[in-house]
This record gives sequence, structure tokens and C-alpha cells, in this order.
Amino acid sequence: MRAAPTLAGGFPDISEMTVARQVHWQRWLAAAAILVVLAAIGRAFVNGQIEWTYVSRFLTAKVILEGITNTMVMAVLAMALGIVLGVVVAIMRLSSNPVLASVAAGYTWLFRGTPLILQLLLWFNLALVFPTIGIPGLWSARAVDVMTPFLSALLGLGINQGAYTSEVMRAGMLSVDVGQYEAAQAIGMGRLRALRRIILPQAMRVVIPPLGNEFIGMVKATSLASVIQYPEVLHNAENIYYANSRVIELLIVAGSWYLLVVSILTPLQMLLERRFARGTLQITR
Amino acid sequence: MTQPLVAIRSVSKNFGEFQALNHVSLDVWAGEVLCLIGASGSGKTTLLRCINQLTQVDSGGIWLDGELLGVREEGGRLHRLTERHIARQRLKTGMVFQRFNLFPHRTALENITEGPVQVQRRSREDAREEAMELLARVGLAAKADAYPSQLSGGQQQRVAIARALAMKPMLMLFDEPTSALDPELVGEVLTVMKELARSGMTMMVVTHELGFAREVADTVVYMDHGAIVESGPAAEVLGKPREVRTQSFLSAVI
Repeated sequence: MRAAPTLAGGFPDISEMTVARQVHWQRWLAAAAILVVLAAIGRAFVNGQIEWTYVSRFLTAKVILEGITNTMVMAVLAMALGIVLGVVVAIMRLSSNPVLASVAAGYTWLFRGTPLILQLLLWFNLALVFPTIGIPGLWSARAVDVMTPFLSALLGLGINQGAYTSEVMRAGMLSVDVGQYEAAQAIGMGRLRALRRIILPQAMRVVIPPLGNEFIGMVKATSLASVIQYPEVLHNAENIYYANSRVIELLIVAGSWYLLVVSILTPLQMLLERRFARGTLQITR
Repeated sequence: MTQPLVAIRSVSKNFGEFQALNHVSLDVWAGEVLCLIGASGSGKTTLLRCINQLTQVDSGGIWLDGELLGVREEGGRLHRLTERHIARQRLKTGMVFQRFNLFPHRTALENITEGPVQVQRRSREDAREEAMELLARVGLAAKADAYPSQLSGGQQQRVAIARALAMKPMLMLFDEPTSALDPELVGEVLTVMKELARSGMTMMVVTHELGFAREVADTVVYMDHGAIVESGPAAEVLGKPREVRTQSFLSAVI
């Protein structure tokens, strides 16, 4: 047996003492200050010229409900189009084929480089450039009939979204270790199968938070389609206040719906993230 | 045995200014276990990667099982094979990577069945059954449903060996299979590799484990600056090397 070495003296024994609870007076001060500010804002709104009865009456009006439904339909469809385009363009961008890579870069440059509202107006007014559109010999139609507000909004929002999504997807694919691609090749996979089976599923995990961001952006970007007469919630709210002049009340109605939708989307995104987190340490059994 | 399984003839490869391989020629016979040793940057890994075409050779040729890899000769010129054709040639080799490269979103079992099911179009049940046998062979039957992140480095590398074996390759390539492992985990991987060597598998192993080379290898090849300096039976190259460069490398390592 070895004798314990003697330790130097002069250090008090604190091994039995507990750590005292800290008083966070700064937090109480900050909370108090914020309550005062909130109370002031609340008071201003109560005394302001807002008829709250209009807000509650129009919150569930048929036209508003139709509007928010149209908003969601457009957001989902345009986002779906954007994701499909984004994946394809990202794969083209990373391709060794220089033609595909530069076409992809050109697409991103064009649609990221011009304002969304301008693109929507262009699609909606396509008939001014091409009075008739179609496939020669097979089908043709008047552009004014084809480019409805719905289709113009879908194309404008979706194609614009594709340009942004392609960069998100490209970042996701670049984040996957090159060894994963080599391992896929080593078991005989071709490029596309490796992308689909090995690279994209791993990229999804990285890509979902920014895509969630993009989708929330999309929900709100649909309001721009009001300029081309697409009957989404803001457009319908505007139509009502043109008639009854309750501008602020109806903007509050529309705003509340946007907030509600976005609040529902956040937990949905978390579910999706968990789904794609397979194999990471977050899920242990 | 009239023809070597792998015939490497005057293969060169440059990465920019750096000459990774300089007119390398080598035969590997069926059933042979060949260890490639040498300092880092000597070209051992590049040579291995050229055999399963993760790297393309600049000049020279590699024949595997009598078939020229990556290119076809026609009218006195070489023409690159299609990606599909190269993928088919790759199936004859199994590769084990230094960093394992298991698919993190798939369980151990799914890592092994991925190739047989997706590439070789075998039935899911067959592939599963065979994968379980392979997992048992590498001593990991109990870990079939574990994800790579739940396995130790040694366990991951054993799954990676099973994944390569599932494609029924004629040749197994090991690229420093134990270099990324903690010292206490090296043994379990080497044990699996020894068992594989005893079963008659043709193996090319890039390694720093000279003990393993001495015990298991039929042939040891010492490389330096992209060229083969010395090759021969393990006992000779490791025991009484003829070349000065081999001698100084070995004395530096041991």
C-alpha cells in the first residue's frame, strides 16, 4: 500500500456548502420595462380609432376564409414547384456537363436578379408578347385565356422559388461528405442512384430548416399575387375595405391569419426534421 | 493459374504537378494477400483507388479478371467506357475505406443490403438473410438494427467490410482500414481481415500494421514516390529488405 501524499494546508473545507440562489434583478427590471411599453401600446390601440367589432366580424367572413384557403393552396403548389425545380437545377449545377451547369447558373441569375412582383406582372401580361401560345401543330390557345391569375401566380412564385431553393439544395448536397459518394460508387451505384439513395436523404436533414424558412416566406409572398388579381387573403381584405373603408380592421384580420398559419407551420417543420434525423445521435433507443 | 487476377501495367497518375504514380506495374494472383506499405504520399492509396476506378489513370492500364478497366481499345486508340459500364466493372471489387463511409441514415443491416437490393436487384429477403450471415461472420449479428452513429469505430469498419463482401467481389481492397481507429479497436478489425484471408479471398491492403503484414500477407510491396521500390514474399521484404530505402523506412516505423 502506498501512503497518501500530504496536501498543503491553508485551504478551507467548502465541500459541504451549497451554492446560494442568485437574484437576477436585471431580469425583473427588463420585464417591468417591457410591461410598461406593452401597456402603453395596448392602451393606444384601445383608445385608437379601431372598431374591434369589425375585426371579429370579418375574421371568419366567407370571403376572408376563401382568401386564406387560396393563399395556402398557392403557397403549397408554388413551393412544390419550387422544390422540384430547385432539386433539378441543383443537380444540373453540380453536374460535370458544362452546358447543364451554365444553364442552371443562368436560371438562378435571372430569377434571383429581378423583383418577384415584376416577374408576376410579366407572366400575367404574357399575352402582350405572345397573343397565342401552344405547341405548333398540336394545340394552341389565346394567351389571355391561359394566363389566368392562378396560373400566372403559380408560375411566377414557383419559378422564382426554384431559383432560391436550388441554392439551398446545392448547399445541402455539398454538405454531404464526398466519402459517401465514393462508398455509393464502390457498391456499383451510378451517379443518379447515388444522389437519390445516399446523397439527397442526407442533404434533406440540412436543408429542412432553410426550406421551412423559405416556405414561411412563400406564404407571405403570395400576397404579392394580389397585384395580378389572384383572390388570396390580402386581395380579398383589400376588396372589402375599398367598400367599407375599415382599412386597419381588415389588415388586422389578414395579418392574424398569416400569423396563425405560420404558427402552425413551425411545429410541422419540427416533425419533418425528426423524420429525416434518422441515424443521427438525436434518436437513441 | 495462367493469368493474374489483377495485372497493372505501367500506370501513371498525376495530380497537377504531383506525380502520384510513376509507371507502376504489378501482378496480383487469385487468392493472394498483398500488403502495400510506404510513407504517406507514396502512391499506395492512389494505386488502390485506380483499381476500383474512384481515380482514373492518366496512362497505362489495369486488367482485372482479364478485362481492361475504364477504357476500351479500338483502332489503336483508347475510348472511355460509359459510366454504366464502369459501375459494372466496379462490382468485381469491394472497397473498405479508412473513414468507413457507412451510410449514416441506414442501419447496419440496411447498409449491407443497399447494394444487393438496389444495384444487383436481388430480392429483399435474400439480401437480408445473407446480410445477417455476413454480420454474424464479422461478429455483429446483435447490431443489425443499430445506426452507424451508435457503433464504435471498430464495429463500423466491420460493417463496412460486410457491406463490401455482400456484393460478392473477386477482389477486396482495403485502404488503411485501421488508421482511423483507437488502438484498442484495431485488433477486432484485423481479426476479421485475417479470417477473410484464410477463406481464400484475394486482398490488397494498404496498411501501416506491419505485424498484420508479416502474419497474413503473401506478398509485401514497398512504395516510395509513386513507384514500387521492392516487392516479394512478406518474410523477405520485411525481414531482410534488399533496398536501402526499404530498410530505412522499416527502421523508422519499428
